[in-house]
Amino acid sequence: MSDTIALSDIAHGRSGDKGNHANIAVIAYQPAGFAWLREHLTAEVVAKYFAPLGPSKVVRYEAANLLAVNFMLHDVLAGGASRSLRIDTQGKTLALALLQMAIDRPPNYGNMTRTTHA
Amino acid sequence: MSGVRIGNGCGFWGDNLDAPILLARDGRLDYLTLEYLAELTMSILALQKQRDPQAGYATDFLDVLDRLTPILQAQPQLKIVTNAGGMNPAACAAKARAILDKAGLANRKIATVSGDDLLPRLDAILAAGQNLANQDTGEPLTSVRQRVVSANAYLGAHPIADALNLGAAIVITGRVADASLTLGPAVHALGWQWNDWDRLAAGSVAGHVIECGAQATGGLWCNWRDCPDLANVGYPIAEMNEGGSFAVSKPPNSGGAVNIETISEQLLYEVGDPAAYMTPDVVADFTSVQLKQTGQDEVRIDKVRGKPATNTYKVSISYRDGFMASGTLVLLGPDAVAKARLCGQMILDRLKRAGFTLDRSNIEVLGAGAVAPGVIATAGAPAEVVLRVSVHDSRKAAVERFSKEFAPLVTSGTPGVTGYTTGRPPVREVFAYWPALIAKNLVQAEVRVEP
Repeated sequence: MSDTIALSDIAHGRSGDKGNHANIAVIAYQPAGFAWLREHLTAEVVAKYFAPLGPSKVVRYEAANLLAVNFMLHDVLAGGASRSLRIDTQGKTLALALLQMAIDRPPNYGNMTRTTHA
Repeated sequence: MSGVRIGNGCGFWGDNLDAPILLARDGRLDYLTLEYLAELTMSILALQKQRDPQAGYATDFLDVLDRLTPILQAQPQLKIVTNAGGMNPAACAAKARAILDKAGLANRKIATVSGDDLLPRLDAILAAGQNLANQDTGEPLTSVRQRVVSANAYLGAHPIADALNLGAAIVITGRVADASLTLGPAVHALGWQWNDWDRLAAGSVAGHVIECGAQATGGLWCNWRDCPDLANVGYPIAEMNEGGSFAVSKPPNSGGAVNIETISEQLLYEVGDPAAYMTPDVVADFTSVQLKQTGQDEVRIDKVRGKPATNTYKVSISYRDGFMASGTLVLLGPDAVAKARLCGQMILDRLKRAGFTLDRSNIEVLGAGAVAPGVIATAGAPAEVVLRVSVHDSRKAAVERFSKEFAPLVTSGTPGVTGYTTGRPPVREVFAYWPALIAKNLVQAEVRVEP
């Protein structure tokens, strides 16, 4: 039994662009997972994770009704859709990058995983 | 009593061409919305209109409309609301008129919404004390004024509802907020007031959820393995009731999925503060929203709250910003990554030898963790990679020379070079994006029933 899991084991998400900024929504599968996100997935943690992309600022918002935290990563798209030289000009993949983050397995992990299937 | 059914069959210019037809055919719609204008589309349309006064709109719409005419015959109640007018709603409407007339639909009225184009009076606006400062940097527009190609305010739902009140069966707009394409018909059909902020917010949230088409119905869904028949994904429908609660669904027998996960992902797509989602019509609060799965592929959205709209419109400005190109080659291993980096650097070195040091350049090795560089790494050596080199320079000649440096690597590069089959990468002019705000009282939306 591994001591780490991926963020994607307890949450899903989506990302997109706003000019040269990107937003990443991270949505917990369960209330227990949302409580974990709220406590551990801080703006500082996300800023550090994406440091190689050089965000000037990371702001976190919460939407408890959606079990979601939403991050705005400022100036992270190397110019944005119109002038970025990167393959992902619009930050479309940033949510999947964040969801691959390795996290310590929470003690109540069993209450955080996806149970319902569509 | 069932509510008003609004479906979005196009999420951007370039979206699937059959989607609007299938949605209109099977969706039991009252309104079909079609969204064509990305942030930078207007700069391209502005230049087209400069060259030809009859151009400057989303031409794809006319092909779609032509294919929709049998459905419009069979469903006399069906109305279309689209921003395909781009920089030239009147010219788009004239072509649409001809298509309808030819199909025996001469009785369907077409209306246009314009007034979003600020370019003809940009200097007067600046002189009036609006500095159209860049929302991100604070810089005043004067610093790039001479290079501006387009400047459009995002109009709201009001003129769209007005056009429908005038009896229009097809409303063709210039730049309007994407969500307003849905809110306009909702207000018209349900008789909402323009200060009923909760209902306006509900209509805007509905518009936000469906504006990107299949992204609400299974497209991009993280749990894609659970998504049936994505190839035949059904495009989204919002059925709005008078009280401002609505259900999102998709046509029967279509692929894709509508569930709490797909809707939650799309609700927060391209959103900053979810408690204050700003449109020209209202400030919507997503943090009050309640989602409930009410059937197979049906999610009900309830309890949307709104606050009064701000007194400004967002303005999307584009300005000329040099030239860009990017090209690719494929490298097979062993040592594919090292060989790709060397080949990429050779391109830039040869440009330097030819006298061009470029303003900006980027070498990416796709397959080796380049998409989120430095964040996601690959484990082990990839069997092959794609080398992608991109440049940006104020001199067109420099970028043109760059695009000629890929082919030589086929013989003078490292072993394992292949995949040079698409010819020289195209050089494109760059139109940089400048977001700004303008006082609403300086913008007058114009609604016209076209002859």
